[in-house]
Amino acid sequence: MPALLPNEKENPLSSAPEVITDVARESLLAEITAALGDRLAASHLRPADDLWLRVHTDAWKSSIRTLRDTLGFHYFCFLSAIDWMPSPFGRGEDDPTEPTPVRDTTIRSGYAGGATRMQVFVRIVNPVTHIGVTIKVDVDDAKPVLESLHDVYAGANWHERETHEMFGINFDGHPDLRNMYLPMDFEGHPLRKDFPLLARMIKPWPGIVDVEPLPGGGVDESADEA
Amino acid sequence: MMQVLALEVPYWGQSLLRVLGGIVAVLLPAGTIVYVFLFKMMSFMQSRLGPMEAGPYGSLQLVAEVGKWLQKEDIVPERADPRIFKMAPIVVLASTFLLVAVVPFGPDAWFTNFEAGVFYALAVSSLSVLGILMAGWASANKYSLLGGLRAAGQLIAYELPMVLAVIGVIIQAETMNLQQIVVAQNAGEIFGFSGLGNPYLITQLVGFVIFMIAVQAELTQAPFDMPIAESELVSGYMTEYSGFRFLMFFIGEFATAGVFALITSVLFLGGWGVPFAWFGWTDVDSVSNWMNIVGPIIMFTKMMLIVFIIMWVRFSSPRFREDQLQRFAWKVLIPVSLGNIAITSIFKVVM
Amino acid sequence: MSLTDRLLGDRQRLAYIASQAADSRLNVELETEGMTLNIGPQHPATHGTLRIIARLDGEQVVWAEPSCGYMHRGYEKLAEVRTYPQVTSLVNRIDWLGSFANEVPFILAAEKLMGVEAPARSQHIRTILFELSRIANVSLFLGDLGVQMGAITPVFFAFRDREYVLNLIEGATGGRFHPNFDRIGGLKDDLPKGWIAETKAVMKKLRKFCDQIDDLLFGNEIFQARMRGIGVIPRDVALQYGLSGANLRASGVDWDLRRDQSLPMAWNKADWKVWTHPDGDSYARCWVRLQETRESTKIVDQLLDTIPSGPIMAKVPKIIKVPEGEAWVSTENPLGEMGYYVVSRGELGPFRVKIRSASFNNMSVAPWALRGVYVPDIVTILASLYFILGDIDR
Repeated sequence: MPALLPNEKENPLSSAPEVITDVARESLLAEITAALGDRLAASHLRPADDLWLRVHTDAWKSSIRTLRDTLGFHYFCFLSAIDWMPSPFGRGEDDPTEPTPVRDTTIRSGYAGGATRMQVFVRIVNPVTHIGVTIKVDVDDAKPVLESLHDVYAGANWHERETHEMFGINFDGHPDLRNMYLPMDFEGHPLRKDFPLLARMIKPWPGIVDVEPLPGGGVDESADEA
Repeated sequence: MMQVLALEVPYWGQSLLRVLGGIVAVLLPAGTIVYVFLFKMMSFMQSRLGPMEAGPYGSLQLVAEVGKWLQKEDIVPERADPRIFKMAPIVVLASTFLLVAVVPFGPDAWFTNFEAGVFYALAVSSLSVLGILMAGWASANKYSLLGGLRAAGQLIAYELPMVLAVIGVIIQAETMNLQQIVVAQNAGEIFGFSGLGNPYLITQLVGFVIFMIAVQAELTQAPFDMPIAESELVSGYMTEYSGFRFLMFFIGEFATAGVFALITSVLFLGGWGVPFAWFGWTDVDSVSNWMNIVGPIIMFTKMMLIVFIIMWVRFSSPRFREDQLQRFAWKVLIPVSLGNIAITSIFKVVM
Repeated sequence: MSLTDRLLGDRQRLAYIASQAADSRLNVELETEGMTLNIGPQHPATHGTLRIIARLDGEQVVWAEPSCGYMHRGYEKLAEVRTYPQVTSLVNRIDWLGSFANEVPFILAAEKLMGVEAPARSQHIRTILFELSRIANVSLFLGDLGVQMGAITPVFFAFRDREYVLNLIEGATGGRFHPNFDRIGGLKDDLPKGWIAETKAVMKKLRKFCDQIDDLLFGNEIFQARMRGIGVIPRDVALQYGLSGANLRASGVDWDLRRDQSLPMAWNKADWKVWTHPDGDSYARCWVRLQETRESTKIVDQLLDTIPSGPIMAKVPKIIKVPEGEAWVSTENPLGEMGYYVVSRGELGPFRVKIRSASFNNMSVAPWALRGVYVPDIVTILASLYFILGDIDR
């Protein structure tokens, strides 16, 4: 039956309190560090879960090509971006008659750190060992341009188009950055956090009904969110 | 027919009766085929009941459908060539009516009695290509155009094996008159045994199979329904048609199936006749007059049998691709039918 | 030796050369004028509203490109303003034929971030429902395959037998299409009485259905002539484009996330096989799916016998707040690898959800695969790649 990796237990989550050692990913991280050298900016390893890397912006394409060619990451899973600035509109639940509350929009990056508001991340997998890594890269806020990966992984073509229209990040060398979903004359980049979700702006949100406490319902009882 | 009724009918009256008879001979089989095979048999094959509401057991469904089509607006696309667009279904249907003209239904029950009946039938049957091409081109629609071109290529390719398959029958019967072919089959004998006549199904089995395949392709039924190909070309050359012009294509499709089945039964299954030896007949003049009534019924039964095979194949096969279809015609059917002609001629000369 | 040569098997290499030759096969000796054929967005072959723009030379495709976006609903943005339990009702609508399977990876990602694990019983039931949604999804694919090629009969069998599976899903969850049944920490309800016996009977019917399709379609010479050697996707191309599921396995990559990943699900409690095919053509993809449906019925049968007793919900707070972190969970959905990259900021709802849907990657190979084929092959290649429009556009 399923060939478990030697270090993984059947259920990694059931043994959460114990210290899990992830030999496969640790040795992989060592190999990656050796292969990428100073192109690698940071890394983050969650044992028995996943491995995050961050590479320098100017070494984006070359380091991914290295990973593919030397470490066998032949499988392209997805590419996307993330805007680390918390939305100034919150969750779109403000009362439109009140003045918009001031929210904390400090940029705070996730695993493997980062210095910019926008990050592009790609996930590639080694189809032999079935271990994947998530590689992040900082994108300059003023000039959001990155090298295109489409000649490293042909499948990155559509993902970069999607990222371009959703986040406004340009990919240098991409053959055709047309919009995939939106009309060509659409203004704005919908998945940026400062792009308001218009459905919530036009009609006020009636409230988060499902977290109102039920009469007599304790926190400890089995959750029934419906 | 006239002699049966012992009536003197003037020529114009005979012509009128022939036209009426032709309409019945085309529309009655078409309606029956649509109800029995398209509505019911297909449904039973697909584990469903089919139409059940209109009339007992859904038998009036076709009437309802025709009523629906007649009520619909007759739309001509803006950039189409309106005259040719409107003419195309008439051409397709006309070829069916012309085709039925040579089919004999009994010793005297025929519309015309051509000496070159087979020749005429095969020539007229390819008229429908013209209509389909007209429809495909005049619709000003790319799907229609592709469908029309596919149809033209396919019908021309399958015309040839069809003609070649029939040549075997002509050689054996020594006539091109369809009536004479029927007589030759029913008056014939197999190794001295005349109880079955000599239906060419037995001696011309190869020819029969090729003819059936070619008929399937001529009718653009699956697995040769490339020109219609609803999953890629929407509806091929019929895409832009609506209302009663679509109805004409629809009638044309199933009526032609019926008429081709009639011709197949004449060529290979002994047509309207019963083996002449049963009643001691020798040629067409000695056949009793009641065969003019029984003959059409026999023809109808044989037609239903053949259409059943056509529809059975249609409902259970996926379709070929255009190039595979052409390759099949030119590389398999035509060589085999030429071989069939050669063997038939050798036997004819030797025996 | 180039990378392509190293990765390709012999049969794949031959077919690859043939498909490369298709480019040069395009009409050069005749000066013909091309035609642009616009297939869709309203077209019988496009299950939904996919549009394919094809540049034709006669019947041959010079280039073709799918143009999607007619059903883009912006789930990634919508998920950012919803709470974790609310997101499941959104992601239900991604692959609408196998809805339950869409919920599972998202719930697993949230559970991973919270450090919660569903009880063994609900893991088992989750796996059973997951496989049932796969059966419901793929059985429709198998029927639809015939329609794409003009054989209309199989689709009626498919709809008939899928109905049994949908009835089961409805019996357990209350929803035929969009169950919205999975909860962080377990399931909404336990199984109803008599459901297990009924499911076993239905699995027998589904195995019979698979045999029927095997006879009716896969054994048909015309079907084979239309499918074999058409739309060959060699292994390295499949990996580059991120093809997943049966499409990847049909190219000879032995990789099934159900087997090769340790998730808190019950797949490893059953004995089943991962099927691969060396050819990488349309026939291989369909064949692998057929075999997978059979394996799924086996998985369900075995798991039904071994459902452990116990609660179906773990202890989770009434108001679910997910601790800060990032998690990626993907599962082997009916269409392929479906994954969610969930970023949490310790709030009621996710900070960012990246939905990695299988069809998006599977379709991105279409411009490559459609070069030089004939118009009828567009339909068979797209059908064999198997996409659902909601899964492309999200």
